[in-house]
Amino acid sequence: MTVTEVGSARRRKEDARLITGRTNWTENVTLPGMLHLAILRSPMAHARITSLDVKPALEIKGVVAAFSGRDVADVQGALPCAWPVTEDMVHPDRPPIAVDEVRFMGEAVAVVAARTRAAALDALAAIEVDYDPLPAVLDMEEAIAEGADLVHADKGTNKAYTWVFDSGEAGTGGDVAAAIEGADVVIKRRYVQQRLVPAFMEPRSVVVDPTGDVYTIWSATQIPHILRFLVSAVTGTPEHKVRVIAPDVGGGFGGKLQVTPEELIAFVAAKRLGRPVKYTESRSESIVSAHHGRDMIQDVELAARRDGTVLGLRVKLLANMGAYMGLVGPGVPILGAFMYNAIYKFPAYRFECNGVFTNTTITDAYRGAGRPEATYAIERIMDELAVEVGLDPLEVRRRNWINAEEFPFTTVAGLQYDSGDYAKATERAKELFGYDELRQEQQARRDTGDPVQLGIGISTYTEMCGLAPSRVLGSLRYGAGGWETASVRMLPSGRVEVVTGTSPHGQGHETAWSQIVADQLGVGFDDVEVLHGDTRTSYKGLDTYGSRSLAVGGIALYNACQKVIEKAKPIAAHMLECDPADLEFTGGQFRVRGNPDGGKTLADCALAVFAAHDLPEGIEPTLDADAVYDPVNFSFPHGTHLCAAEVDTETGRVTIRKYVAVDDVGRVINPLIVEGQVHGGIAQGMAQALFEEAVYDDEGNLMTGTFVDYTLPTAADLPPFVTDRTESPAPDHPLGTKGVGEAGTIASTPAVVNAVVDALRPMGVNDIAMPCTPERVWRAIQGGAR
Amino acid sequence: MTRVSMKVDGVDYEDDVEPRTLLVHHLRERLGKVGTVVGCDTSNCGACTVLMSDSDGRQRGVKSCSVLAVQADGHEITTIEGLSGPDNTLHPVQQAFHESHALQCGFCTPGMIMAAVDLLEENPTPSEEEIREGLEGNLCRCTGYQNIVRAVQDASEQLRRRGEGAEPAPPTPVAGEDQTPDSGLKPDRVPEETIPQPVP
Repeated sequence: MTVTEVGSARRRKEDARLITGRTNWTENVTLPGMLHLAILRSPMAHARITSLDVKPALEIKGVVAAFSGRDVADVQGALPCAWPVTEDMVHPDRPPIAVDEVRFMGEAVAVVAARTRAAALDALAAIEVDYDPLPAVLDMEEAIAEGADLVHADKGTNKAYTWVFDSGEAGTGGDVAAAIEGADVVIKRRYVQQRLVPAFMEPRSVVVDPTGDVYTIWSATQIPHILRFLVSAVTGTPEHKVRVIAPDVGGGFGGKLQVTPEELIAFVAAKRLGRPVKYTESRSESIVSAHHGRDMIQDVELAARRDGTVLGLRVKLLANMGAYMGLVGPGVPILGAFMYNAIYKFPAYRFECNGVFTNTTITDAYRGAGRPEATYAIERIMDELAVEVGLDPLEVRRRNWINAEEFPFTTVAGLQYDSGDYAKATERAKELFGYDELRQEQQARRDTGDPVQLGIGISTYTEMCGLAPSRVLGSLRYGAGGWETASVRMLPSGRVEVVTGTSPHGQGHETAWSQIVADQLGVGFDDVEVLHGDTRTSYKGLDTYGSRSLAVGGIALYNACQKVIEKAKPIAAHMLECDPADLEFTGGQFRVRGNPDGGKTLADCALAVFAAHDLPEGIEPTLDADAVYDPVNFSFPHGTHLCAAEVDTETGRVTIRKYVAVDDVGRVINPLIVEGQVHGGIAQGMAQALFEEAVYDDEGNLMTGTFVDYTLPTAADLPPFVTDRTESPAPDHPLGTKGVGEAGTIASTPAVVNAVVDALRPMGVNDIAMPCTPERVWRAIQGGAR
Repeated sequence: MTRVSMKVDGVDYEDDVEPRTLLVHHLRERLGKVGTVVGCDTSNCGACTVLMSDSDGRQRGVKSCSVLAVQADGHEITTIEGLSGPDNTLHPVQQAFHESHALQCGFCTPGMIMAAVDLLEENPTPSEEEIREGLEGNLCRCTGYQNIVRAVQDASEQLRRRGEGAEPAPPTPVAGEDQTPDSGLKPDRVPEETIPQPVP
C-alpha cells in the first residue's frame, strides 16, 4: 500500500465553514417558539437564602415563567460526579439551582424564561432575594484545621478525601522516609498552582427541544455521549429519549468536560414549559460559574546524593475542589499522582493528596489536568537540585532520566512507559536554542551587572495520555471506561462515511481521520466525510479529552478500516473468480498476488454490495464495519522545552527572548495540526507562568470576573516559538501515534518560570509565585517575597 | 423603537430596533448574520469585529458589541459572511488563514480575520511586531497566535502582488513541508532598495 496522506500537512476540511462564518455554534440554533433563559446568580460566597420571590419577574413584558431552586427541588436532580476517588469520599449533593443555601459566588438561584433574551435579563433585576451571610471558607489550610467553618455543615468536615500512593506499600519502589533519612541532600519546597480559568473562546450555550417524549439537547460540550447518559440518569429520562448534539464547539481545554447546572436547568425548563429553550452565558457568567482549573498547594521534598542522583520524592498536596464535586474534579490531582516522578528513575516515592472544599467555584479538568501541576513541581525542584549540587540543570536531569535503551520502563509510580528518547530530544533542543552561547551570554550579563538579566529555563517533560485502559480507570474508581469507537460505511459510489465517538472542538478530527481512512482504504482524502457529535449518528463514544482522540479513537478507526477490507475480500475474489486467499489489497485495489492487472477497488465492491445481485453464497450485503478499541496502555509523549527569558531587574518585566520546543508525540498524522496544538499548548502554559490568575477576595468575591481582570495573553504578549520533533512511535498499536493536545501546556509553565528564576539566582531569588507579573518579580528581587 | 437602515454585506436592511440594541445582536438576531459572534461582555476579545463605513465612506474595523445598532444607521457594514468574492472566492486573508492553519476551534476567527483585513488596509506591509500589536484587541485561546501572524504576513504578500497584477505567491511552507525546524514566521520584508546587490 502506498502511504500518501498520513504525515502530510493537509489543510483542514473544517476551515471552509469556520473562515466564512458558516459555522454551527449552539448559540446559532433558533427554533420556532423558542424561549430564552436568564439565570440569577448568587452575589455571595456563602449564605442562607432567607426569602426568594420570583413573582415580580412575571410582571415584565415577554416573561413566560420564573422559578427558584425550591420550586423545582423535586425534579431538578443533582449534578453527577463520575470519579469518587476513594470509597469514603465526601460527595455533597449539588442541585443545579441552589436550594436554601448558596456556597459560591455565581451559583444559580433562580431562572427566568422569556420571549427574548433582553426581556429575560431585564426580569432578573425584578427577582427579590434575601441572603443571610455565612462565613466563607476560602483558605485550604484553614479549611482543614480543627474547628474550621464548614462549606457543608451536614458533612462535618471540609476534607473531601485523602488519597495516597506509596511506592513502598505498592511494591513499585522503596520507602521514601528512609530515602530522605539517608540522603546527602534534601530539598523542600512549596509550590502554589494558582487557580486558572479555562477561558474557551465560545461561551457555553445549550438548547433543549422537547418534542413528544424525546428531548434534543444542543450543547457546547466536549462530551455529548457522557452528557446523554448522565442527563438521562440524573433526570430519570430514558436514555433512548435523549439525543445530544455537540455542533461546532468553540474550544474546551477541559472546561467543557462537564455536566453543567446550565444544561440541567435548560432541560428542566424545557420539560416544564413544553417548549424549546436556549441559554447562552455571558463571559462574566462563564468566568464565575464554569469550572476552574489547577488551585493546588504542593509541598515537595526531594532527596538526593551529592552527585545529583535522586533517591526519593515525597509530595503532599492540597487540592481545592471548590464548593462541590465536579464531574471528574476529584480525579484531577490523581492523574498527576503518576507523573511527579516524570522522566526520572528514582527508587522511592510517596504522594498524598487531600481534596478540600471551599466556598469557591468548582475546579475540574483544565488542559493537562493534574499532569501540568506534577510536571511543574518536579521540573522546578530539579533545577533547585542542580543549584544545590553545582551541576548544570540539564546534566542533573541526564544523570536521572530513563535511557532510550531502557524502554519499556516500569516507573516508581507503577506505570510502564512505552517508548522515548530523552537524550535525542534534548540534544536537538539544545542545538536549536544555542544553549551554550546563551549560557555564555548569561554569564557575561551577570559579570557586567547588566540591569537586564538573562535566564535559561528547562523542562524535560513526559505525560501520560491516550486516556485510557478501561481496567486501569476501573482500578482508580473512575465511573466509565476508556475505549473509543469508529464506524466506517462504504457508500454505493465508493465514497466513505466515517462515524467517530470522539468529539472535536478545534482539533481537526475531520481532517486527520480522513487522512487515515484515505491511506487505509485507498480512497481520496475528499471522498471521506467524518461525522461526529450527534448521538443519533454517533450513538456510542467516550468523547474528547486527555489527548485521547487520535491515540485511542484513531486506532478504532484503523481497525474498522481493516474490517471493511476483510469484508470486501470475498466479494472481490468472487468478481475476480479467484480464491480470497490469493488476493492482496494494495493501493486501494484487490489484486491476485503477483498479477498487477485487473484489480477490483473497494468502490467496485461497494457497488456490488449495493446491487447485491451476485454475491458469493452466505455473504451479507454490506461493507460497513464498527470497531471499538480499548487501549492496552497509556501513551507517553515527551520532549524538551528550553526558554530564554530576559528579566528587567529594575521593573520586573519578563520578556521571552527565545522559546524552543522539541516534542516527541510518536508518529504524526498531520504535522500542521500537531504544530498548532503545540503552539496553543505552549501559549496556555506561558499564560499560567506569566499572566493569568483567578483571585478571590477575603469574602469570596471573584475579583477577576471579566477579561479586563483575567488577562489572557494577546498576540503582542507572546513570542514566536521554534518547534521541532523527534519520533518514538507508540509500540502498542499500528498507527504509532501518541497524543499532543496537552503536551505544550504541561511543558511550558516550568520552562518559563525556571528561566525567570534562573535569571535572578545571583540576586538570591529561588522562587517566584505564579503568575510572574512584573510586580511579583520586582518584589522578589527586592527580597519582599521568596 | 427606532428605525434604522444599513447596508450589510451588500444588502439593504431597514428595521425597528430598541435603542439599547447592540449592533452585534442586531446582526445576529434580526438579520441572521450569525457568522459574527459574541465572545465577551467587556469588548476585550474582538470576536465580534466587523467593518463599518466611517464618515469618509471607508470601512474600518469596529467591535460590534461596542456599537449600538442606532449608531450604525446609514452605514455600510461588512461581516465575515460578506468578505468572500462574488462566486465565493475567498478573500486573501481568509485563504491565508486556511493555508497557515491560523485557526483551530474557529470561534475567534471571524473577528480575527476582519481585524486583519482592517490592519492590512491601514498598513499593507506590517512587520511581525506591527501585526502582533495590531491584533492585540482580538483574543485567541487555541493557536498561540504564531500561525495567525504568519497568515497575515502571507495575506500581505498576496494583496501586494494582486495590487501589482502579479501571480499569487505560494504560501510559506508549513510544518512537514520543509526540512527545517519551524519558527513559523517569515522574516520581515526588507524594502528592495536596502537589499545589498551583488557586485558584478
